[in-house]
Amino acid sequence: MATKVVMEALSPTMEEGQVTRWLKAEGDKVASGDTLAEVETDKAIMELVARGDGVLRKIVAPEGKTVEVGSLVAVIGAGDEDLSALVAETPAPTAAESSNGAGESAAPATSAGAPPVASGDGGRVKASPVARRMASEQGIDLASVRGTGPGGRVVKGDLEGAAPSPTPAPSAIGGFDDVPLTQIRKTIARRLGESIGPVPHFFLTSEIDMERAAEARTALNALEDGPRISYNDIILKVVAAALVQHRACNAWWQDDHIRYFNDVHLGVAVAVQDGLITPVVRNAHLKSLRQIAADVRDMAGRAQEKRLMPDEYTGGTFTVSNLGMFDIDQFTGVINPPEAGIMAVGSIIEKPVAEAGQVVIRKRMRVTMSCDHRVIDGATGAQFLQTVRRMLENPLAIVW
Amino acid sequence: MTKSFDVIVLGGGPAGYVCAIRCSQLGLNTAVIERDKLGGVCVNVGCIPSKALLHSAHLAHTVTHHAKRLGVQVGEVKLDFAAAIKHSRQVSEQNSKGVGFLMKKHKVTVITGTGTLLPGKKVKVDGDTYTAAKGVVIATGTRVQGIPQIGLDINKTTVISSDEALFLDEAPKSLAIIGAGAVGMEFADIFSSFGSKVTVIEMLPRALPLEDAESSDAITKVFKKRKIDILAGAKVTGANVGGTNVTLDVEVGGKPQTVQADKVLMAAGRALNTENLGLEAVGIKLTDAGFIQTDEDLKTSVDGYYCIGDIAGPPMLAHKGSREGVHVAEVLAGQQPPAIMYDNIPSVTYCHPEVASIGLTEEMCKEQSLDYQVGRFPFTANGRARATIETDGFVKIIRDKHYGEILGAHIVASHASELIHELTVARQNEYTVEEVDLAVHAHPTLSEAVAEAVLDSLGRVMHT
Repeated sequence: MATKVVMEALSPTMEEGQVTRWLKAEGDKVASGDTLAEVETDKAIMELVARGDGVLRKIVAPEGKTVEVGSLVAVIGAGDEDLSALVAETPAPTAAESSNGAGESAAPATSAGAPPVASGDGGRVKASPVARRMASEQGIDLASVRGTGPGGRVVKGDLEGAAPSPTPAPSAIGGFDDVPLTQIRKTIARRLGESIGPVPHFFLTSEIDMERAAEARTALNALEDGPRISYNDIILKVVAAALVQHRACNAWWQDDHIRYFNDVHLGVAVAVQDGLITPVVRNAHLKSLRQIAADVRDMAGRAQEKRLMPDEYTGGTFTVSNLGMFDIDQFTGVINPPEAGIMAVGSIIEKPVAEAGQVVIRKRMRVTMSCDHRVIDGATGAQFLQTVRRMLENPLAIVW
Repeated sequence: MTKSFDVIVLGGGPAGYVCAIRCSQLGLNTAVIERDKLGGVCVNVGCIPSKALLHSAHLAHTVTHHAKRLGVQVGEVKLDFAAAIKHSRQVSEQNSKGVGFLMKKHKVTVITGTGTLLPGKKVKVDGDTYTAAKGVVIATGTRVQGIPQIGLDINKTTVISSDEALFLDEAPKSLAIIGAGAVGMEFADIFSSFGSKVTVIEMLPRALPLEDAESSDAITKVFKKRKIDILAGAKVTGANVGGTNVTLDVEVGGKPQTVQADKVLMAAGRALNTENLGLEAVGIKLTDAGFIQTDEDLKTSVDGYYCIGDIAGPPMLAHKGSREGVHVAEVLAGQQPPAIMYDNIPSVTYCHPEVASIGLTEEMCKEQSLDYQVGRFPFTANGRARATIETDGFVKIIRDKHYGEILGAHIVASHASELIHELTVARQNEYTVEEVDLAVHAHPTLSEAVAEAVLDSLGRVMHT
């Protein structure tokens, strides 16, 4: 019995993948679990593994080809099996391109033209009864599936190759408390959502004196073992420590409840060549400054090479974005849902400030926190930011 | 003279004229070229007149067999085949005129003549050349064919096709029908009801070979009761065509036998109208089987030329061609219509009882090693069927064991052609058997048998 090799959803947001390299050739023997090819997704280069034993009979998607999740990329079969039927039922987009013969044309072949599934009113996903039952039994999140039926309705065929939704592994995410929404929270969520969009942001800015943090950084970097500590590493350490004290800001909006995390998984926005990715420092509140520095160095480097694994850039509980190196004084970050907050960090600038009646020159840094008002109220966010500021202005407070 | 349209449709059958109407609805200036009568084979020498004759046949059967029991006493029953033919012709003409009216109503230009394709989205009819700005749609269809290899060329007297059968003055005393597909079985029903001794010869192992084996068995049993001989798994090895009758050499299960009949009706396969169309000049490719090669939007191998209906490939059904016509019209108007679900096209044979199906047969489910569950309900247990003495047949539902998807449905019933659509809609929308059960079915109806078969597939049938 031949096995179809389809493009798998290798990350939660992946809709299509490009076959960058075949590690097996037609005619090669393969066993279940063998890596067949490298696939570039929206975020990273991942491995596509065999789901059956036999011989790699036919490569349908050559290197460089981008195909939708669920499309046939190859067939594994017995050495002499007739595969014509299997290959013939290749999903439409692939068949269309090959029969057109105009593979080099500039216009990309649009697939059937169905728009991606619209979550529609009130988050209801349009799906056929059969698709619904399949999805619920296979643990597939219908909202993540591109529907090709009328009006973007998800039909059975759309689920082929769809991966079960990545429910964050408890071990990685640690403990949390799900707190049902109170009436006032529901009202706040509804009213603010109507007012400003699906995630009602508000912004808090604070200017922080970085003299002491600079001294601490210089002293630490004089130790000469371990990685160099950047200002951002210190900020991450401080934010992690502050989030432990302000659990209200270390939370996810979950539509009908709020999830407050016991552990801090800190996303760090990293600019990459064609966009932005947010590797997550797991359990940042438990890590030393050196560990945080090493983690960030490692993941930021691999992010540039698109070598991050999905669990390295998902499951964050709060995010820090720093554009200080680009001489940005101050900016606002856009919240990465379901997280409830992001802190945007500007440049450290020497400027005159008044202190005890005197004008003095100080290293100052502006941070702006974007808060999801459904989760975080003004005062709650302000108190968190106050803690961040106190810790940065007196770094010993981290261990206090 | 050169005249320009947005779309030129070559062929005014159920694929072509429907395509033209849809084009016109979408604001495209459209012409249909037809060399014969509008409506094509379907309206003139196919679906429509045969349904009229089948109704005559059914009435003849009802009057002779059931009228007395139903409390209607009639005197001597006299069957008048010529009158039945006359009625069927009237219906055909009415429908063909109706298509002409529809063309006018939708402002579609009808050009009478034989069209030849030219490169550059042009079609020549006699001396005139017509240009299509958007596309040319080829919908020339198919025609009857004989089997000259075994001496069965259609001579229109003793060896005939449906084209002649639909115009006969009287039913022949004896008739041999080659092919037990829908056409063969329907004509067997018609002629047998009008007194012909009918023998149906099928090469494949059973009558209606594309239907589920249970449907084939059921209809074979009914036909046997009506004294229609069905020779399945039978190969015609030779034919002696005389002036007034034909003798066929037939091999059934390796044993030779002869079948003698006044006429032989050819109902096995159809010839494709792809000759002299100008396909080569334009560069339009054919498949190995001789159909015009198309992609899923029915584009041919040459830009600007589309193909729909019988010559675009099987199944050769009017309703499949019409759907393709709508699809192409929408493509030509720049829309992106949803893909045609070729696995959800109902198949219907209108003999009595009718045989209808949608989706996979049980044999196909087995071949594909699907995990399925069958539910059945016989019409002997259905009140409405008993009331009208039409208890032959059943509903058979094949559902996916795990997800409840309706993999296939097979109905043998007096009105199977109407009953099948509930399941066509269900499958089109990927309903599970539960949705079909939850929809309340009126009582008493034949449709209740569908709901009961669904329940049977779930192990909770009520009325057997």
